[in-house]
Amino acid sequence: MKTAALAIVEPMEESPAEMRETHEPVPPERETMRHEPSRLGNALRPVLLPAITFALVLLGWTIMQAAFVPAFPDVPAVWNKAVEIFSDPFYVYGPNDMGIAWQVMYSLGRVLAGFFLALAVGIPAGFLIGANKTFEQAWMPLIAILRPVSPLAWLPIGLLVFRAVDPSAIFVIFITSIWPVILNTAAGVKAIPQDYLNVARVLNFNRREMVTKIYVPATLPYMLTGMQLSLGTAWMVIVAAEMLTGGIGIGFYIWDEWNNLSVPSIIVAIVIIGCVGIMLETGMGFVRRRYDYTGKKE
Amino acid sequence: MTERNQILRISKLGKTFDTRSGSFEALRDVDLSIHEGEFVSVIGHSGCGKSTLLNLVAGLEMATLGGVFLEGRLVDGPGPERAVVFQNHSLLPWLTVYGNVRLAVDKVFGGRKTSAERDGWTREMLDLVNMAHAAEKRPSEISGGMKQRVGIARALAMEPKVLLLDEPFGALDALTRAQLQDSVMEIHARLGNTVVMITHDVDEAVLLSDRIVMMSNGPAAGIGEIHDVALPRPRRRLELGENADYLAARSAVMRFLTRNRTDKAA
Repeated sequence: MKTAALAIVEPMEESPAEMRETHEPVPPERETMRHEPSRLGNALRPVLLPAITFALVLLGWTIMQAAFVPAFPDVPAVWNKAVEIFSDPFYVYGPNDMGIAWQVMYSLGRVLAGFFLALAVGIPAGFLIGANKTFEQAWMPLIAILRPVSPLAWLPIGLLVFRAVDPSAIFVIFITSIWPVILNTAAGVKAIPQDYLNVARVLNFNRREMVTKIYVPATLPYMLTGMQLSLGTAWMVIVAAEMLTGGIGIGFYIWDEWNNLSVPSIIVAIVIIGCVGIMLETGMGFVRRRYDYTGKKE
Repeated sequence: MTERNQILRISKLGKTFDTRSGSFEALRDVDLSIHEGEFVSVIGHSGCGKSTLLNLVAGLEMATLGGVFLEGRLVDGPGPERAVVFQNHSLLPWLTVYGNVRLAVDKVFGGRKTSAERDGWTREMLDLVNMAHAAEKRPSEISGGMKQRVGIARALAMEPKVLLLDEPFGALDALTRAQLQDSVMEIHARLGNTVVMITHDVDEAVLLSDRIVMMSNGPAAGIGEIHDVALPRPRRRLELGENADYLAARSAVMRFLTRNRTDKAA
Protein backbone atom coordinates (compact mmCIF):
# COMPACT_ATOMS: atom_id res chain seq x y z
CA MET A 1 0.00 0.00 0.00
CA LYS A 2 1.37 3.36 -0.97
CA THR A 3 0.06 5.68 1.69
CA ALA A 4 2.51 8.33 0.51
CA ALA A 5 0.48 8.65 -2.65
CA LEU A 6 -2.42 9.96 -0.60
CA ALA A 7 -0.61 13.17 0.28
CA ILE A 8 -1.81 16.53 -0.95
CA VAL A 9 0.01 17.49 -4.06
CA GLU A 10 -0.06 20.95 -5.59
CA PRO A 11 -1.31 20.92 -9.17
CA MET A 12 1.69 20.41 -11.34
CA GLU A 13 2.78 23.36 -13.35
CA GLU A 14 2.56 22.14 -16.87
CA SER A 15 0.68 24.16 -19.38
CA PRO A 16 1.07 24.79 -23.05
CA ALA A 17 1.62 28.47 -22.24
CA GLU A 18 4.62 27.75 -20.12
CA MET A 19 6.02 25.26 -22.56
CA ARG A 20 5.86 27.85 -25.28
CA GLU A 21 7.61 30.48 -23.23
CA THR A 22 10.54 28.46 -22.00
CA HIS A 23 13.56 29.21 -24.08
CA GLU A 24 14.71 25.96 -25.51
CA PRO A 25 18.21 26.00 -26.92
CA VAL A 26 17.06 24.42 -30.18
CA PRO A 27 13.79 25.47 -31.84
CA PRO A 28 11.81 22.37 -32.82
CA GLU A 29 11.46 23.32 -36.49
CA ARG A 30 15.22 23.48 -36.91
CA GLU A 31 15.49 20.11 -35.28
CA THR A 32 13.29 18.49 -37.90
CA MET A 33 15.02 20.24 -40.78
CA ARG A 34 18.49 19.04 -39.98
CA HIS A 35 19.26 15.37 -40.23
CA GLU A 36 22.42 15.05 -38.24
CA PRO A 37 23.06 11.62 -36.75
CA SER A 38 23.28 13.02 -33.21
CA ARG A 39 19.85 14.63 -33.54
CA LEU A 40 18.37 11.45 -34.94
CA GLY A 41 19.90 9.63 -31.99
CA ASN A 42 18.23 12.11 -29.66
CA ALA A 43 14.87 11.38 -31.22
CA LEU A 44 15.39 7.64 -30.81
CA ARG A 45 16.57 7.83 -27.20
CA PRO A 46 13.10 7.64 -25.61
CA VAL A 47 12.52 4.38 -27.49
CA LEU A 48 16.01 2.96 -27.49
CA LEU A 49 16.92 3.38 -23.83
CA PRO A 50 13.80 1.67 -22.41
CA ALA A 51 14.24 -1.10 -24.99
CA ILE A 52 17.76 -1.71 -23.67
CA THR A 53 16.42 -1.78 -20.10
CA PHE A 54 13.75 -4.32 -21.02
CA ALA A 55 16.31 -6.46 -22.83
CA LEU A 56 18.61 -6.37 -19.78
CA VAL A 57 15.76 -7.38 -17.46
CA LEU A 58 14.82 -10.29 -19.73
CA LEU A 59 18.47 -11.35 -19.86
CA GLY A 60 18.83 -11.14 -16.09
CA TRP A 61 15.61 -13.09 -15.69
CA THR A 62 16.85 -15.84 -18.01
CA ILE A 63 20.20 -16.12 -16.22
CA MET A 64 18.67 -16.09 -12.73
CA GLN A 65 16.05 -18.64 -13.72
CA ALA A 66 18.55 -21.01 -15.28
CA ALA A 67 21.15 -20.68 -12.52
CA PHE A 68 19.21 -20.31 -9.25
CA VAL A 69 15.41 -20.71 -9.47
CA PRO A 70 14.49 -23.50 -11.89
CA ALA A 71 10.91 -23.50 -10.51
CA PHE A 72 10.41 -20.02 -11.96
CA PRO A 73 9.11 -20.01 -15.57
CA ASP A 74 11.52 -18.91 -18.27
CA VAL A 75 10.83 -16.17 -20.81
CA PRO A 76 9.49 -18.39 -23.61
CA ALA A 77 7.07 -20.10 -21.21
CA VAL A 78 5.61 -16.75 -20.18
CA TRP A 79 5.51 -15.59 -23.79
CA ASN A 80 3.62 -18.72 -24.85
CA LYS A 81 1.19 -18.23 -21.95
CA ALA A 82 0.64 -14.61 -23.00
CA VAL A 83 -0.11 -15.68 -26.58
CA GLU A 84 -2.54 -18.25 -25.24
CA ILE A 85 -4.25 -15.76 -22.93
CA PHE A 86 -4.56 -13.07 -25.58
CA SER A 87 -5.71 -15.47 -28.29
CA ASP A 88 -9.13 -15.70 -26.62
CA PRO A 89 -9.53 -12.94 -24.04
CA PHE A 90 -13.34 -12.94 -24.12
CA TYR A 91 -14.19 -16.60 -23.47
CA VAL A 92 -16.85 -17.49 -20.91
CA TYR A 93 -16.81 -21.07 -19.58
CA GLY A 94 -18.89 -20.30 -16.52
CA PRO A 95 -19.08 -17.69 -13.76
CA ASN A 96 -15.68 -18.69 -12.35
CA ASP A 97 -13.83 -19.15 -15.62
CA MET A 98 -13.80 -16.19 -17.96
CA GLY A 99 -11.24 -14.66 -20.33
CA ILE A 100 -8.66 -12.14 -19.17
CA ALA A 101 -10.51 -9.19 -20.76
CA TRP A 102 -13.56 -9.92 -18.61
CA GLN A 103 -11.41 -10.15 -15.48
CA VAL A 104 -9.88 -6.75 -16.21
CA MET A 105 -13.25 -5.20 -17.04
CA TYR A 106 -14.87 -6.44 -13.84
CA SER A 107 -11.98 -4.96 -11.85
CA LEU A 108 -12.17 -1.68 -13.77
CA GLY A 109 -15.93 -1.55 -13.24
CA ARG A 110 -15.50 -1.88 -9.46
CA VAL A 111 -12.74 0.74 -9.44
CA LEU A 112 -14.81 3.22 -11.42
CA ALA A 113 -17.95 2.61 -9.35
CA GLY A 114 -16.09 3.17 -6.08
CA PHE A 115 -14.18 6.09 -7.55
CA PHE A 116 -17.28 7.95 -8.76
CA LEU A 117 -19.07 7.31 -5.47
CA ALA A 118 -16.03 8.79 -3.73
CA LEU A 119 -16.21 11.85 -6.00
CA ALA A 120 -19.92 12.29 -5.30
CA VAL A 121 -19.26 12.32 -1.56
CA GLY A 122 -15.69 13.63 -1.41
CA ILE A 123 -15.99 16.76 -3.57
CA PRO A 124 -18.89 18.32 -1.62
CA ALA A 125 -17.23 17.27 1.64
CA GLY A 126 -13.95 18.83 0.51
CA PHE A 127 -15.74 22.07 -0.35
CA LEU A 128 -17.39 22.22 3.05
CA ILE A 129 -14.15 21.50 4.89
CA GLY A 130 -12.16 23.95 2.78
CA ALA A 131 -14.67 26.78 2.96
CA ASN A 132 -15.96 26.42 6.50
CA LYS A 133 -13.75 26.55 9.57
CA THR A 134 -16.37 24.82 11.73
CA PHE A 135 -16.60 21.86 9.37
CA GLU A 136 -12.84 21.68 9.18
CA GLN A 137 -12.43 21.55 12.94
CA ALA A 138 -15.23 19.05 13.31
CA TRP A 139 -14.15 16.60 10.62
CA MET A 140 -10.38 16.82 10.18
CA PRO A 141 -9.46 14.75 13.28
CA LEU A 142 -11.65 11.87 12.10
CA ILE A 143 -10.15 12.04 8.62
CA ALA A 144 -6.66 12.19 10.11
CA ILE A 145 -7.32 8.93 11.97
CA LEU A 146 -8.93 7.07 9.08
CA ARG A 147 -6.68 8.22 6.24
CA PRO A 148 -3.56 6.20 7.16
CA VAL A 149 -5.58 2.97 7.50
CA SER A 150 -5.10 0.51 4.67
CA PRO A 151 -8.41 0.43 2.78
CA LEU A 152 -8.27 -3.40 2.94
CA ALA A 153 -8.94 -3.19 6.66
CA TRP A 154 -12.44 -2.07 5.70
CA LEU A 155 -13.13 -5.19 3.63
CA PRO A 156 -14.52 -7.30 6.50
CA ILE A 157 -16.78 -4.44 7.48
CA GLY A 158 -17.96 -4.18 3.89
CA LEU A 159 -18.64 -7.92 3.77
CA LEU A 160 -20.50 -7.73 7.08
CA VAL A 161 -22.67 -4.82 5.99
CA PHE A 162 -23.33 -5.73 2.36
CA ARG A 163 -23.12 -9.54 2.57
CA ALA A 164 -21.93 -9.64 -1.05
CA VAL A 165 -18.60 -9.48 -2.83
CA ASP A 166 -19.23 -6.75 -5.38
CA PRO A 167 -20.50 -4.01 -3.08
CA SER A 168 -17.77 -4.84 -0.57
CA ALA A 169 -15.02 -4.39 -3.16
CA ILE A 170 -16.63 -1.16 -4.36
CA PHE A 171 -16.83 -0.01 -0.74
CA VAL A 172 -13.09 -0.61 -0.30
CA ILE A 173 -12.35 1.42 -3.45
CA PHE A 174 -14.66 4.14 -2.18
CA ILE A 175 -12.67 4.33 1.05
CA THR A 176 -9.42 4.31 -0.93
CA SER A 177 -10.46 7.14 -3.21
CA ILE A 178 -12.25 9.44 -0.86
CA TRP A 179 -9.36 10.80 1.23
CA PRO A 180 -7.24 12.32 -1.55
CA VAL A 181 -10.40 13.77 -3.11
CA ILE A 182 -11.54 15.41 0.13
CA LEU A 183 -8.12 16.70 1.13
CA ASN A 184 -7.13 18.04 -2.27
CA THR A 185 -10.50 19.70 -2.84
CA ALA A 186 -10.30 21.31 0.60
CA ALA A 187 -6.72 22.46 -0.06
CA GLY A 188 -7.84 23.92 -3.39
CA VAL A 189 -10.70 25.84 -1.82
CA LYS A 190 -8.37 27.23 0.83
CA ALA A 191 -5.84 28.27 -1.79
CA ILE A 192 -8.29 30.53 -3.65
CA PRO A 193 -6.70 33.98 -3.54
CA GLN A 194 -8.63 36.72 -1.77
CA ASP A 195 -8.35 38.73 -5.01
CA TYR A 196 -10.70 36.39 -6.87
CA LEU A 197 -13.19 36.64 -4.04
CA ASN A 198 -12.92 40.45 -4.09
CA VAL A 199 -13.65 40.44 -7.82
CA ALA A 200 -16.72 38.33 -7.11
CA ARG A 201 -17.78 40.63 -4.29
CA VAL A 202 -17.49 43.75 -6.44
CA LEU A 203 -19.68 41.98 -9.01
CA ASN A 204 -22.20 41.13 -6.27
CA PHE A 205 -22.12 37.41 -7.05
CA ASN A 206 -24.70 35.43 -5.14
CA ARG A 207 -23.86 32.15 -3.46
CA ARG A 208 -24.62 30.03 -6.51
CA GLU A 209 -22.54 32.22 -8.84
CA MET A 210 -19.76 32.25 -6.26
CA VAL A 211 -19.65 28.43 -6.36
CA THR A 212 -20.06 27.90 -10.11
CA LYS A 213 -17.96 30.83 -11.34
CA ILE A 214 -15.21 31.12 -8.73
CA TYR A 215 -14.97 28.17 -6.32
CA VAL A 216 -15.35 25.28 -8.76
CA PRO A 217 -13.11 26.54 -11.58
CA ALA A 218 -10.48 27.78 -9.11
CA THR A 219 -10.44 24.43 -7.29
CA LEU A 220 -10.66 22.20 -10.36
CA PRO A 221 -6.89 21.62 -10.80
CA TYR A 222 -6.61 20.55 -7.15
CA MET A 223 -9.64 18.28 -7.45
CA LEU A 224 -8.20 16.66 -10.56
CA THR A 225 -4.86 16.11 -8.81
CA GLY A 226 -6.74 14.38 -6.00
CA MET A 227 -8.68 12.32 -8.52
CA GLN A 228 -5.51 11.24 -10.30
CA LEU A 229 -3.98 10.09 -7.00
CA SER A 230 -7.20 8.30 -6.03
CA LEU A 231 -7.60 6.43 -9.26
CA GLY A 232 -3.99 5.24 -9.27
CA THR A 233 -4.22 3.96 -5.71
CA ALA A 234 -7.65 2.43 -6.31
CA TRP A 235 -6.25 0.36 -9.15
CA MET A 236 -3.55 -0.98 -6.82
CA VAL A 237 -6.01 -1.72 -4.03
CA ILE A 238 -8.56 -3.54 -6.19
CA VAL A 239 -6.05 -6.31 -6.98
CA ALA A 240 -5.53 -7.01 -3.29
CA ALA A 241 -9.25 -6.72 -2.50
CA GLU A 242 -10.20 -9.21 -5.21
CA MET A 243 -7.61 -11.69 -3.99
CA LEU A 244 -9.55 -11.72 -0.73
CA THR A 245 -13.08 -11.62 -2.11
CA GLY A 246 -12.68 -14.10 -4.95
CA GLY A 247 -15.24 -14.59 -7.71
CA ILE A 248 -14.03 -12.62 -10.68
CA GLY A 249 -11.56 -9.83 -11.36
CA ILE A 250 -7.88 -9.51 -12.17
CA GLY A 251 -6.92 -9.86 -8.49
CA PHE A 252 -8.93 -13.05 -8.17
CA TYR A 253 -7.40 -14.26 -11.43
CA ILE A 254 -3.89 -13.96 -9.95
CA TRP A 255 -4.92 -15.83 -6.81
CA ASP A 256 -6.70 -18.48 -8.84
CA GLU A 257 -3.65 -19.00 -11.07
CA TRP A 258 -1.48 -19.25 -7.95
CA ASN A 259 -3.75 -22.04 -6.73
CA ASN A 260 -3.36 -23.64 -10.17
CA LEU A 261 0.43 -23.15 -9.79
CA SER A 262 0.43 -21.32 -13.14
CA VAL A 263 3.12 -18.74 -12.48
CA PRO A 264 3.40 -17.67 -16.17
CA SER A 265 -0.24 -16.52 -16.04
CA ILE A 266 0.55 -14.45 -12.94
CA ILE A 267 3.44 -12.70 -14.68
CA VAL A 268 1.25 -11.95 -17.69
CA ALA A 269 -1.43 -10.59 -15.33
CA ILE A 270 1.15 -8.35 -13.61
CA VAL A 271 2.11 -6.83 -16.96
CA ILE A 272 -1.57 -6.33 -17.83
CA ILE A 273 -2.22 -4.62 -14.48
CA GLY A 274 0.72 -2.32 -15.11
CA CYS A 275 -0.50 -1.40 -18.58
CA VAL A 276 -4.05 -0.69 -17.41
CA GLY A 277 -2.59 1.42 -14.59
CA ILE A 278 -0.61 3.47 -17.11
CA MET A 279 -3.77 3.98 -19.16
CA LEU A 280 -5.72 5.21 -16.14
CA GLU A 281 -2.87 7.48 -15.10
CA THR A 282 -2.41 8.90 -18.60
CA GLY A 283 -6.13 9.45 -19.06
CA MET A 284 -6.50 11.31 -15.76
CA GLY A 285 -3.28 13.23 -16.39
CA PHE A 286 -4.63 14.35 -19.74
CA VAL A 287 -7.88 15.57 -18.15
CA ARG A 288 -5.94 17.29 -15.37
CA ARG A 289 -3.68 19.19 -17.73
CA ARG A 290 -6.65 20.12 -19.88
CA TYR A 291 -8.13 22.06 -16.94
CA ASP A 292 -4.95 23.24 -15.29
CA TYR A 293 -4.77 27.00 -15.56
CA THR A 294 -1.79 27.44 -13.20
CA GLY A 295 0.53 28.10 -16.07
CA LYS A 296 2.82 30.98 -15.22
CA LYS A 297 2.85 32.32 -11.70
CA GLU A 298 4.17 35.75 -10.86
CA MET B 1 -13.30 73.95 -13.37
CA THR B 2 -16.99 74.07 -14.16
CA GLU B 3 -19.72 73.57 -11.59
CA ARG B 4 -20.33 69.84 -11.26
CA ASN B 5 -22.40 67.58 -9.09
CA GLN B 6 -20.89 66.03 -6.06
CA ILE B 7 -21.05 62.27 -6.64
CA LEU B 8 -19.02 60.80 -3.80
CA ARG B 9 -18.81 62.06 -0.26
CA ILE B 10 -16.54 60.65 2.41
CA SER B 11 -17.67 61.86 5.80
CA LYS B 12 -15.86 61.61 9.15
CA LEU B 13 -14.52 58.25 8.02
CA GLY B 14 -12.57 56.20 10.55
CA LYS B 15 -11.31 52.64 10.48
CA THR B 16 -9.92 50.64 13.38
CA PHE B 17 -8.67 47.11 12.88
CA ASP B 18 -8.78 44.52 15.62
CA THR B 19 -5.44 42.78 15.51
CA ARG B 20 -3.95 40.16 17.74
CA SER B 21 -1.82 42.78 19.48
CA GLY B 22 -4.76 45.06 20.20
CA SER B 23 -6.69 47.49 18.05
CA PHE B 24 -5.00 49.55 15.36
CA GLU B 25 -6.52 52.82 14.20
CA ALA B 26 -5.69 53.09 10.51
CA LEU B 27 -7.81 56.09 9.51
CA ARG B 28 -9.33 58.95 11.47
CA ASP B 29 -11.72 61.70 10.40
CA VAL B 30 -11.31 61.53 6.65
CA ASP B 31 -13.53 64.06 4.88
CA LEU B 32 -13.57 64.40 1.12
CA SER B 33 -16.04 65.31 -1.61
CA ILE B 34 -15.51 64.22 -5.18
CA HIS B 35 -17.33 65.69 -8.15
CA GLU B 36 -18.68 63.95 -11.18
CA GLY B 37 -16.00 63.42 -13.82
CA GLU B 38 -13.21 64.36 -11.46
CA PHE B 39 -9.92 62.45 -11.36
CA VAL B 40 -8.64 62.35 -7.79
CA SER B 41 -5.38 60.78 -6.71
CA VAL B 42 -4.66 59.72 -3.17
CA ILE B 43 -0.95 59.73 -2.41
CA GLY B 44 1.01 58.95 0.72
CA HIS B 45 3.79 56.85 2.14
CA SER B 46 3.28 53.11 2.27
CA GLY B 47 1.30 52.06 5.29
CA CYS B 48 -0.53 55.38 5.53
CA GLY B 49 -3.89 53.74 5.02
CA LYS B 50 -4.55 54.84 1.46
CA SER B 51 -5.46 51.30 0.39
CA THR B 52 -7.73 51.03 3.42
CA LEU B 53 -9.45 54.21 2.27
CA LEU B 54 -10.00 52.71 -1.18
CA ASN B 55 -11.31 49.46 0.29
CA LEU B 56 -13.79 51.44 2.38
CA VAL B 57 -15.00 53.34 -0.69
CA ALA B 58 -15.22 50.05 -2.60
CA GLY B 59 -17.20 48.55 0.27
CA LEU B 60 -14.78 45.65 0.60
CA GLU B 61 -14.26 46.76 4.19
CA MET B 62 -16.70 48.39 6.55
CA ALA B 63 -16.05 51.71 8.24
CA THR B 64 -15.73 51.84 12.01
CA LEU B 65 -16.88 55.45 12.14
CA GLY B 66 -18.45 57.79 9.61
CA GLY B 67 -19.34 56.65 6.14
CA VAL B 68 -19.02 56.85 2.38
CA PHE B 69 -21.94 58.19 0.37
CA LEU B 70 -22.37 57.58 -3.35
CA GLU B 71 -24.98 59.97 -4.79
CA GLY B 72 -26.27 60.48 -1.28
CA ARG B 73 -26.66 56.76 -0.50
CA LEU B 74 -24.57 55.12 2.18
CA VAL B 75 -22.16 52.50 0.87
CA ASP B 76 -22.85 49.28 2.77
CA GLY B 77 -21.00 46.75 0.64
CA PRO B 78 -19.14 46.25 -2.62
CA GLY B 79 -20.88 46.72 -5.93
CA PRO B 80 -20.26 47.21 -9.65
CA GLU B 81 -21.14 50.92 -9.48
CA ARG B 82 -17.79 51.28 -7.67
CA ALA B 83 -15.65 49.02 -9.86
CA VAL B 84 -12.12 48.35 -8.67
CA VAL B 85 -8.96 47.85 -10.70
CA PHE B 86 -6.81 45.84 -8.33
CA GLN B 87 -3.08 46.30 -8.02
CA ASN B 88 -2.30 42.76 -9.12
CA HIS B 89 -4.88 42.74 -11.95
CA SER B 90 -6.85 39.86 -10.32
CA LEU B 91 -7.84 38.29 -13.61
CA LEU B 92 -9.36 34.84 -13.28
CA PRO B 93 -6.69 32.56 -14.80
CA TRP B 94 -9.11 29.92 -16.08
CA LEU B 95 -10.95 32.44 -18.28
CA THR B 96 -9.70 34.07 -21.45
CA VAL B 97 -9.19 37.82 -21.68
CA TYR B 98 -12.62 38.03 -23.31
CA GLY B 99 -14.10 35.71 -20.67
CA ASN B 100 -12.84 37.87 -17.83
CA VAL B 101 -14.54 40.97 -19.20
CA ARG B 102 -17.62 39.05 -20.32
CA LEU B 103 -18.05 37.67 -16.79
CA ALA B 104 -18.53 41.21 -15.50
CA VAL B 105 -20.70 42.25 -18.45
CA ASP B 106 -22.97 39.23 -18.02
CA LYS B 107 -23.42 39.90 -14.34
CA VAL B 108 -24.07 43.65 -14.61
CA PHE B 109 -26.12 43.67 -17.82
CA GLY B 110 -27.50 40.12 -17.72
CA GLY B 111 -31.12 41.15 -17.41
CA ARG B 112 -30.98 44.26 -19.55
CA LYS B 113 -29.03 43.40 -22.68
CA THR B 114 -29.21 40.54 -25.15
CA SER B 115 -26.32 38.14 -25.55
CA ALA B 116 -25.29 39.82 -28.80
CA GLU B 117 -25.32 43.24 -27.16
CA ARG B 118 -23.21 41.97 -24.27
CA ASP B 119 -20.76 40.43 -26.72
CA GLY B 120 -20.54 43.74 -28.55
CA TRP B 121 -20.04 45.68 -25.32
CA THR B 122 -17.32 43.27 -24.16
CA ARG B 123 -15.45 43.68 -27.45
CA GLU B 124 -15.91 47.45 -27.36
CA MET B 125 -14.30 47.56 -23.92
CA LEU B 126 -11.39 45.39 -25.04
CA ASP B 127 -10.99 47.69 -28.01
CA LEU B 128 -10.96 50.70 -25.70
CA VAL B 129 -7.91 49.37 -23.87
CA ASN B 130 -6.31 48.09 -27.10
CA MET B 131 -6.64 44.45 -26.10
CA ALA B 132 -9.06 43.25 -28.78
CA HIS B 133 -6.22 41.38 -30.50
CA ALA B 134 -5.67 39.15 -27.45
CA ALA B 135 -9.32 38.39 -26.68
CA GLU B 136 -8.87 34.63 -26.79
CA LYS B 137 -5.60 34.53 -24.83
CA ARG B 138 -5.37 33.43 -21.21
CA PRO B 139 -3.97 35.75 -18.54
CA SER B 140 -0.87 33.56 -18.25
CA GLU B 141 -0.09 34.22 -21.91
CA ILE B 142 -0.03 38.03 -21.78
CA SER B 143 2.31 40.56 -20.16
CA GLY B 144 1.72 42.38 -16.87
CA GLY B 145 0.78 45.61 -18.62
CA MET B 146 -1.71 43.79 -20.83
CA LYS B 147 -3.25 42.11 -17.79
CA GLN B 148 -3.75 45.48 -16.17
CA ARG B 149 -5.36 46.76 -19.39
CA VAL B 150 -7.82 43.87 -19.21
CA GLY B 151 -8.41 44.66 -15.53
CA ILE B 152 -9.28 48.23 -16.54
CA ALA B 153 -11.55 46.99 -19.34
CA ARG B 154 -13.34 44.71 -16.89
CA ALA B 155 -13.89 47.57 -14.45
CA LEU B 156 -15.04 50.00 -17.17
CA ALA B 157 -17.37 47.37 -18.60
CA MET B 158 -19.45 47.62 -15.40
CA GLU B 159 -20.16 51.27 -16.27
CA PRO B 160 -19.21 52.31 -12.76
CA LYS B 161 -20.27 55.63 -11.28
CA VAL B 162 -16.85 55.81 -9.69
CA LEU B 163 -13.82 53.92 -10.97
CA LEU B 164 -11.42 52.93 -8.20
CA LEU B 165 -7.79 52.29 -9.10
CA ASP B 166 -5.65 50.67 -6.39
CA GLU B 167 -2.03 51.42 -7.35
CA PRO B 168 -2.87 50.08 -10.79
CA PHE B 169 0.58 50.53 -12.31
CA GLY B 170 2.68 49.77 -9.24
CA ALA B 171 3.90 46.42 -10.48
CA LEU B 172 4.80 47.57 -13.99
CA ASP B 173 8.08 48.75 -15.51
CA ALA B 174 8.48 52.47 -16.26
CA LEU B 175 7.80 52.29 -20.02
CA THR B 176 4.70 50.13 -19.69
CA ARG B 177 3.54 52.34 -16.85
CA ALA B 178 3.81 55.48 -19.02
CA GLN B 179 1.84 53.80 -21.80
CA LEU B 180 -0.93 52.79 -19.43
CA GLN B 181 -1.06 56.23 -17.86
CA ASP B 182 -1.58 57.70 -21.33
CA SER B 183 -4.30 55.15 -22.00
CA VAL B 184 -6.06 55.98 -18.74
CA MET B 185 -5.90 59.71 -19.54
CA GLU B 186 -7.33 59.06 -22.98
CA ILE B 187 -10.14 56.91 -21.61
CA HIS B 188 -10.91 59.47 -18.91
CA ALA B 189 -11.08 62.21 -21.54
CA ARG B 190 -13.38 60.14 -23.71
CA LEU B 191 -15.75 58.70 -21.11
CA GLY B 192 -15.51 61.40 -18.46
CA ASN B 193 -15.72 58.94 -15.56
CA THR B 194 -15.13 59.83 -11.98
CA VAL B 195 -11.88 58.20 -10.89
CA VAL B 196 -10.22 57.72 -7.52
CA MET B 197 -6.67 56.43 -7.85
CA ILE B 198 -4.34 55.29 -5.10
CA THR B 199 -0.70 55.85 -5.98
CA HIS B 200 2.73 56.44 -4.50
CA ASP B 201 4.12 57.96 -7.69
CA VAL B 202 4.25 61.77 -7.60
CA ASP B 203 4.57 62.28 -11.37
CA GLU B 204 1.72 59.89 -12.01
CA ALA B 205 -0.50 61.77 -9.57
CA VAL B 206 0.29 65.17 -11.09
CA LEU B 207 -0.03 63.99 -14.67
CA LEU B 208 -3.41 62.29 -14.26
CA SER B 209 -5.25 64.15 -11.53
CA ASP B 210 -7.52 67.13 -11.15
CA ARG B 211 -6.85 67.00 -7.43
CA ILE B 212 -4.20 65.30 -5.36
CA VAL B 213 -5.15 64.21 -1.87
CA MET B 214 -2.06 63.83 0.31
CA MET B 215 -2.40 61.59 3.31
CA SER B 216 -0.51 61.98 6.54
CA ASN B 217 1.27 59.01 8.04
CA GLY B 218 -0.52 56.46 10.19
CA PRO B 219 -1.54 55.36 12.68
CA ALA B 220 -4.76 57.36 12.64
CA ALA B 221 -3.88 58.75 9.22
CA GLY B 222 -5.96 61.46 7.66
CA ILE B 223 -5.90 63.95 4.83
CA GLY B 224 -2.91 66.24 5.18
CA GLU B 225 -3.27 68.55 2.19
CA ILE B 226 -5.22 68.74 -1.03
CA HIS B 227 -3.63 70.23 -4.12
CA ASP B 228 -5.61 71.31 -7.18
CA VAL B 229 -3.80 70.56 -10.41
CA ALA B 230 -4.80 73.40 -12.73
CA LEU B 231 -3.13 71.99 -15.85
CA PRO B 232 -5.36 72.07 -18.92
CA ARG B 233 -6.32 68.83 -20.66
CA PRO B 234 -5.36 67.04 -22.81
CA ARG B 235 -2.02 66.81 -21.11
CA ARG B 236 1.05 65.57 -22.88
CA ARG B 237 3.78 64.23 -20.66
CA LEU B 238 6.60 65.56 -22.84
CA GLU B 239 5.33 69.14 -22.84
CA LEU B 240 4.75 69.18 -19.11
CA GLY B 241 8.43 68.91 -18.21
CA GLU B 242 8.93 72.71 -18.23
CA ASN B 243 5.37 73.73 -17.38
CA ALA B 244 5.32 75.96 -14.28
CA ASP B 245 1.99 74.63 -12.98
CA TYR B 246 3.22 71.08 -13.35
CA LEU B 247 6.43 71.80 -11.51
CA ALA B 248 4.54 73.68 -8.79
CA ALA B 249 2.17 70.79 -8.23
CA ARG B 250 5.02 68.34 -8.26
CA SER B 251 7.06 70.22 -5.71
CA ALA B 252 4.01 70.80 -3.49
CA VAL B 253 3.46 67.04 -3.29
CA MET B 254 7.17 66.35 -2.86
CA ARG B 255 7.40 68.90 -0.06
CA PHE B 256 4.46 67.31 1.73
CA LEU B 257 5.82 63.80 1.39
CA THR B 258 9.29 64.82 2.52
CA ARG B 259 7.90 66.65 5.52
CA ASN B 260 5.85 63.61 6.49
CA ARG B 261 8.63 61.16 6.00
CA THR B 262 9.13 59.00 9.03
CA ASP B 263 12.64 58.16 10.05
CA LYS B 264 11.75 54.51 9.89
CA ALA B 265 10.79 54.71 6.24
CA ALA B 266 13.96 56.56 5.23
